[in-house]
Amino acid sequence: MATLGDLERTVMELLWATPEAMTANELRDAIAEAPLGEVGRELAVTTVLTVLSRLEKKGLVKRERDNRPHRYKSVTSREDHTAELMHEVLVTAPDREAVLARFIGSVSETEAQTLRKLLGGS
Amino acid sequence: MFWASYLLAALAILLAWPAPIALSRASWPARAPFTAMVLWQSIALAGGLSMIGAMLVWGLEPLGDNLISASSGFFDIVLNDRSAQTLGVIHVFAISAATLLFGHLVFTLALTFVRIRRQRRRHRDMLNLLSSPAADQPATLVINHPAPVAYCLPGGARSVTVMSDGLMDLLSRAELDAVLTHENAHLHQRHHLLLWAFAAWRSALPWLPTSQLAQRAVSELIEMLADDEALRHVDEQTLMRAIVIVGAGTLPRAADPLDDPLADETRFGTTPGADVTGGTADAHSTAPRLRRLLTPLPPLGRVQQALALSTAGLLLVVPPALLVAPELLG
Repeated sequence: MATLGDLERTVMELLWATPEAMTANELRDAIAEAPLGEVGRELAVTTVLTVLSRLEKKGLVKRERDNRPHRYKSVTSREDHTAELMHEVLVTAPDREAVLARFIGSVSETEAQTLRKLLGGS
Repeated sequence: MFWASYLLAALAILLAWPAPIALSRASWPARAPFTAMVLWQSIALAGGLSMIGAMLVWGLEPLGDNLISASSGFFDIVLNDRSAQTLGVIHVFAISAATLLFGHLVFTLALTFVRIRRQRRRHRDMLNLLSSPAADQPATLVINHPAPVAYCLPGGARSVTVMSDGLMDLLSRAELDAVLTHENAHLHQRHHLLLWAFAAWRSALPWLPTSQLAQRAVSELIEMLADDEALRHVDEQTLMRAIVIVGAGTLPRAADPLDDPLADETRFGTTPGADVTGGTADAHSTAPRLRRLLTPLPPLGRVQQALALSTAGLLLVVPPALLVAPELLG
């Protein structure tokens, strides 16, 4: 049984791979066709719509409301989302410090230069 | 029991200023990070306790000569509507201040917990969409990003360590192992609980030097503890190289937009390089970590360790003892 998280991932991957907006029906068909592990079989359109509305709430998917059925597309590319997430990781605000533990914390420019010199010299 | 409240106040001041400043300047914590960590925890805990205790004992003074009898007198007034004439305005003020401070600390702790949990959940959600499991490492995710990044995201059974493929390109197999054992040590030793408690302590009392010093010291000490764990699997040279390579490459080189997908200024409002260097006040220096790898010092002697640990123990015993002492003595 696929979890909602797996479904979200599958839907996002389809939307990232498709330049045009898709309807929930098209998405269901695409999921059924693609051999995407456990996710594929017997998905109801309502399930796809649930997943889409969750993704919309998370700000990952936008809905084109002009005509029915609604068409969905990703807000931005996978690369942009990754860049944004890594930006969160790399820029440690004091109130975020306890959220995750980085191997190397924020490094000042002078320190980074010293380290680069160390690397060059070794 | 005035003297008990004065002693508690003196202890509170000692633990708020001179003690944390001295400990943050000492060099021995690098030789005994675990002991230093215990000491920091007891300073924070005893500091808070004696701050609250001093005000409480002082405010309740007219009602009894120790905390137990005084509190029962206090509840008598509150619950049974007894006359409160013995309590002056200033006593009521001290009791209220103690209660408010206690509430504030507990509330901030809870609030910080909720905030951290929410941010972690959101982060994990995004990781679920954007990363893929590492080939040969359990509970490790790989994310497509050129900067060499490694971090762990605690979350009980769903704790994960995340590496970027930029990191995997730059590091050798052994250096990657060093990074992974370092991150796993954070998770196994539950360092996130310490980070949580001290982050809460800092946001509750940001003006108190001890809260800032403590948070900085604790985040430095957990890195040393994790380094020590990594050293059980790899040698100093390997770990040092990993630290240097990641440290040198962590800063997004804003000058080279091709190298840096974050350079899209409209999206984040500012260049990431400026953001990262802007936060130098909280930049955790790699220098202390490298120094203790370059010239390993012998661990702190048994006697000094025992001394530090018994100080920590004493700090936890003294404030509660002072709260009830007048009765025991008198």
